[in-house]
Amino acid sequence: MNGALTLVLTVQDWLNLLAHYLMLSLLSVGGAVSTVPDMHRFLVEQQHWLTDAQFNASIALAQASPGPNLLFVAVLGWNVGLNAGGWLTGLLGVALSLMGILVPSTALTYAAAQWGHRNRELRAVRAFKQGLAPIVVALLMATSWIMASANGGHFANWPLWLVTGATAVIVWRSQIHLLWLLAAGALLGGYGLV
Amino acid sequence: MNSLPAEERPQPQSPTDLFVSFTLLALQGFGGVMAVVQRELVEKKRWMTREEFIEDWAVAQVMPGPNVVNLSMMIGARSFGFKGAMAALAGMLTAPLILVLLLALVYARFADFPGVAGALRGMGAVAAGLIAATALKLAGALAKNVLGLRLCAVLGALCFAAIALLRWPLVYVLIGLGGTACVLAYQKLKP
Repeated sequence: MNGALTLVLTVQDWLNLLAHYLMLSLLSVGGAVSTVPDMHRFLVEQQHWLTDAQFNASIALAQASPGPNLLFVAVLGWNVGLNAGGWLTGLLGVALSLMGILVPSTALTYAAAQWGHRNRELRAVRAFKQGLAPIVVALLMATSWIMASANGGHFANWPLWLVTGATAVIVWRSQIHLLWLLAAGALLGGYGLV
Repeated sequence: MNSLPAEERPQPQSPTDLFVSFTLLALQGFGGVMAVVQRELVEKKRWMTREEFIEDWAVAQVMPGPNVVNLSMMIGARSFGFKGAMAALAGMLTAPLILVLLLALVYARFADFPGVAGALRGMGAVAAGLIAATALKLAGALAKNVLGLRLCAVLGALCFAAIALLRWPLVYVLIGLGGTACVLAYQKLKP
């Protein structure tokens, strides 16, 4: 990669990385993606463990790969580790960052979900779930909107918006396998049609 | 098996079933797994109804952590407790993690290939559409909501405007709008 860094990371540095991610985990309401700005601040601006280009490439790579979006955290950790030596430190970076970002939030969610399930007949629990339902559906719509504008920029990029809109209607109304649509999108984009 | 009631719902068979199912889901999820989870678990496998999916997604959304990871863990826990939660979580993460690290290893070779950026852009647009379709499908479940359709529409429109158009931070919207909605629902749910 262009202008890679060469780092010497001490045990203290690795613990620092773990501690920072443990904290971010508890702040990641709305998903791991909501912590991207702070990760950039920490990894690139404060510690200089990654270059700007490496940071952006890590996120783009994780987006292109199947699976939960949070895997961008693993790729960031991998690249920090590579900068600090080789693939062994890379794997250490992956393990520490994934553990940090996952353990606190999953423990908390697991406990809360179990409690909520045991008390699902409580008026407050039912009100919580019923009340949030319209909010959650609207949030999905908003997520789609934000993703589409990130890809397409402004409405001048109408072919991309058209792809998004057409996909939405096709999937809403038919049972076509989602991978066909993703493949179609990749072909349209790959040949520069959208 | 004939003694089961007709409406008996299919369930995951074992933690292994959960692991395999979630691995397959995750590997289909380009640009987000959530749309695939809804399609496979609600429409195809019928492990949960649309209403249950919205309820679980609400919890997954409000709690810290990656939403789809939270969701898979909750679904796993529903059938097999802690073991199920870990099986679903491992299924969601293991194979995609290996894949993304392999991709990272070969990335440098493909990054400059001009078609790659375009293909990613096209897939991104499709992924955005998949999420919109999930929202449209789940909106149908709001008909049974205690708030009533009209109030749901108003709350939903306000939420969309705040997040998508004004780009307000999610936390404030969840506390403000979400809190209001929960209080309204509490009042409508007579004990």
